[in-house]
Amino acid sequence: MLAWTIYTSFIGVVVLMLLPRDAARAARWVALFTAIAGCALAFAGAILQARQTNLGDVTPIAQAAWIPALGATYYLAADGISLVLVVLTGLAAVAGILFSWNIEKRTKEFFAFYLVLIGGVYGVFLSFDVLLLFVFYELTIIPKYFLIARWGSTRKEYGAMKLALYSFVGSHLVLIGLVATWVVARAQTGHATLNLQLLSQINFPAGFQHWVFPLVFVGFAILAGLWPFHTWAPTGHVAAPTAGSMLLAGVVMKLGAYGCLRVAMVLFPEGAREWQGVIAALAVIGIIYGAGVALVQRDFKFVIGYSSVSHMGFVLLGLATLNAIGLCGAVLQMFSHGIIAGLLFAVVGRMVYDRTHTRDLHDLERLNLGKVLPFAGVTFVIAGVASMGLPGFSGFVAEFQILIGAWKVFPITAVLTGLGIILGVAYTLRAVQMAFYSDTPPPAPHSPEAHSLPPITLPERAGAVLLIAASLVVGLFPTLLMNWIEPCLKSPLFARLLNGGPQ
Amino acid sequence: MNHSLSILTAVPFVVGLMVACLGAERKNLVRGLALASSLVTLIGAVCLWTHFDTASDRLQFVEQFDWAPTLGIQYYLGVDGLGLLMVMLTAIVTPLAILVSWSMNDRVHVYHALILWLQAGLFGTFTALNFFHWFMFWELGLIPAFFLIKLWGGPNRGPAATQFFIYTMAGSAALLLSFLALRLATGSFDFIELAKQARAGVLAQNLQHTFHWPHITLLVFFGAFLGFAVKVPIVPFHTWLPAAYAEAPSPVTMLLTGVMSKMGVYGFLRILLPIFPDQIRLVLTPLIWLAIATIVLSACAAFAQRDLKRMIAYSSVNHLGYCLLAMFVAVGAAGANVAQPDLQKAAALDGVLLQMFNHGLTASALFLFVALIEKRSHGFRGLDDFGGLRQVVPVFTGLMGIAIFSSLGLPGLNGFVGEFLLFKGVFPLAPWAAAVSIIGLLVTAIFLLTLIQRVFCGPLNERWAKLPDLSTAERFLVLPSIALMFILGIWPQLILGTIDTTVMALVRQISI
Repeated sequence: MLAWTIYTSFIGVVVLMLLPRDAARAARWVALFTAIAGCALAFAGAILQARQTNLGDVTPIAQAAWIPALGATYYLAADGISLVLVVLTGLAAVAGILFSWNIEKRTKEFFAFYLVLIGGVYGVFLSFDVLLLFVFYELTIIPKYFLIARWGSTRKEYGAMKLALYSFVGSHLVLIGLVATWVVARAQTGHATLNLQLLSQINFPAGFQHWVFPLVFVGFAILAGLWPFHTWAPTGHVAAPTAGSMLLAGVVMKLGAYGCLRVAMVLFPEGAREWQGVIAALAVIGIIYGAGVALVQRDFKFVIGYSSVSHMGFVLLGLATLNAIGLCGAVLQMFSHGIIAGLLFAVVGRMVYDRTHTRDLHDLERLNLGKVLPFAGVTFVIAGVASMGLPGFSGFVAEFQILIGAWKVFPITAVLTGLGIILGVAYTLRAVQMAFYSDTPPPAPHSPEAHSLPPITLPERAGAVLLIAASLVVGLFPTLLMNWIEPCLKSPLFARLLNGGPQ
Repeated sequence: MNHSLSILTAVPFVVGLMVACLGAERKNLVRGLALASSLVTLIGAVCLWTHFDTASDRLQFVEQFDWAPTLGIQYYLGVDGLGLLMVMLTAIVTPLAILVSWSMNDRVHVYHALILWLQAGLFGTFTALNFFHWFMFWELGLIPAFFLIKLWGGPNRGPAATQFFIYTMAGSAALLLSFLALRLATGSFDFIELAKQARAGVLAQNLQHTFHWPHITLLVFFGAFLGFAVKVPIVPFHTWLPAAYAEAPSPVTMLLTGVMSKMGVYGFLRILLPIFPDQIRLVLTPLIWLAIATIVLSACAAFAQRDLKRMIAYSSVNHLGYCLLAMFVAVGAAGANVAQPDLQKAAALDGVLLQMFNHGLTASALFLFVALIEKRSHGFRGLDDFGGLRQVVPVFTGLMGIAIFSSLGLPGLNGFVGEFLLFKGVFPLAPWAAAVSIIGLLVTAIFLLTLIQRVFCGPLNERWAKLPDLSTAERFLVLPSIALMFILGIWPQLILGTIDTTVMALVRQISI
């Protein structure tokens, strides 16, 4: 059933292609229907799998021969970690479409690219063949580029090009690493394979792991916003259309983190232990630097863009802990940030920017949006509070576990991260105050500014409620997702990574 | 199992949600609902008080369920005398705050929803016994408080609200990190369990064993200390308080000073004292000096203020300073040459608890009076703006005078008993500290009498010749506080009887 999440998205693309050129309304509904179908399939498949099997085991979904000479197979499978991210993708996809309901320019192409991106993302999360994963991973770069370059704003060509170049550099690093792995694996075992599970059982020589791990890890981590390779993220997020930034921050950055965990760390545990300290240091720098830069931005969207860098730093810190609780926190943080960043970008891009046509915080300060658009104000406050990591929301349970994991291995990073949390509070509060609750008097009732803002539409409300509910449910009942993640970390796939290292 | 505490917390939260959905138009319905909810919680708190078994030193009305077992998170509620006293205080102050804000007209539904959520946060903080659960409410209280200051405050509300929020969050972040370290070392978030481990001496061993560093326990203690020190506040961390109290609308200040400032002291009593007694003893002298500095400096600062609200705000810091002093002394004093040290410690801690309740009652009453005067004078509340008011508003003068004298600690009123017990305990255990902090009492007397002199006595300022005295409704509004001041002043056993076993248990817990 889960494989159909991918196919449904691509079927949606074909249907969109067949629509007449100016059928914007139909295109929206087709896209929404496809996304909802994908989301429902993701949920149903995940729940079914959780019922029927132990989520720690990798459950095959589809398997077919592909390139026998290379040992590549078309092999889709899922364990609990994949399920968490597949469900996230489903939610983010639906919300993204609800928040791009107002796209008028070449609507059908927009949604076609959008669904290609979604299909690719589902594919990455469900692939257990390294080559297949890589193909899906590459597939997502193309729609990203076009979504930004065509429907974006503020230096969109520059942002799109920067993002595409960074992504390609990253995937080339990954590719070099994977080719080397394939060669070494064949030399060691005598037969060619690209199956992730089989590869993970091979004990690669420590010397080899030592240099190939950083190659693959950094290759993926570029997309996860690892400092100092993060600079594509804020510019890309800002240039992208609302749904684009929601997906970029919400899901695409998770592709990178997922690749780091699933490929780099699982295949090269020795290398991971070797480089653990370096990654933790970069992650902490990212957390503090991202938050610090967000604190001084004038452009509202840049604030959120840098906050993503900071939050993804938490994911990378969780990965760098190399213990079960830290990794569990990292996966939860991927989910949580996907939801919350999506919501923040939705408020900034759709609710505010599409109405006021400015993102300059000093201009917004004069509009007193808290009174003009109360729903947007309340949504941003809730999203902001969730992003600060206040208990009750998903961010808290995630950061909480990452920090416990960090205390375990690098107490100093845990203490420094505290500074990042405080900066996080500061920039969120600054944005809330400047954008929505400034003390300047509202514009006079007859000035043009007071009249030009249309009310918040139903799709926007629906999308906001969906995302807030998801964050609250996970925040209040973290066991729902932890029951999916924890068995995976006890599975043989992670055995060498977690048991060999410091506990 | 008894769910009374959950229900008590849920009522204001749910009614807050309902009120927020009602919309800005139905103002009286909003006010009525909010008041009804706060009265229901008051009745509930009184019921808890009467059903509380004062002979037992165990936690009562306990609710305990697994929440996220792998993380050590439980849904764990319960109260002892301390928790119950604070629940009672919250339940008393909230309806007063709602009644005082009856005439405000700006976004009534949001305002009342925030007040009710703040109350729910306070109830939750005072009843939760598992760190995760407790921390949720500890932070939940912060958001409504921020917006109440930010949206309805005075002219400098923006910076005041931001400073308040950032300071408290910085403290909370330190607190959170400390508890995560504790969780890692001991596998528990349960306050009671952690205290047990501390008593057995396992806690420090576990921490050192986990982190391979001898000073880690002290570091963890400082993190937790910082969280509460900001909230109380203790002197170098207090700078957010005068601005926040002065800028917040007066009903909100009543809640902030009456109840929210007790969250810090409550945290010390419930968490720091039982879990880190050895660490407190280790740095006892600096801590006592901090407490003394809090007492003396804030009294002097209050003396220098020209704004009534800021003056009372600083005097709040001063009053809670006594609590800090008594707590530190009770934990730390060796008591080698003192007869019956446990008895003195019990007296000091009894004093602390009484002082918390009394200060909540008195300070909120004082802010209530300031709110009334501000409403009459249309925003004037400077020390020098008035003069001779006793000629035009005799009833107001009399009643506010009672509240001021209660704050001063006049025998026969509630403030006296608390401070008396407190000093009775502190003096034999640490005579020098008690002696130095007496300066604080002296300065307090001076500035409060100055207040009476400048505002109520002297020649009448002609501008206020037509100031109306308290209306009947307003008299009824202040009546409960004034009555309680007398009742508790004359019959302190009402509270002492309930907290006695809790205090004795705490003394056993912190003794060497």
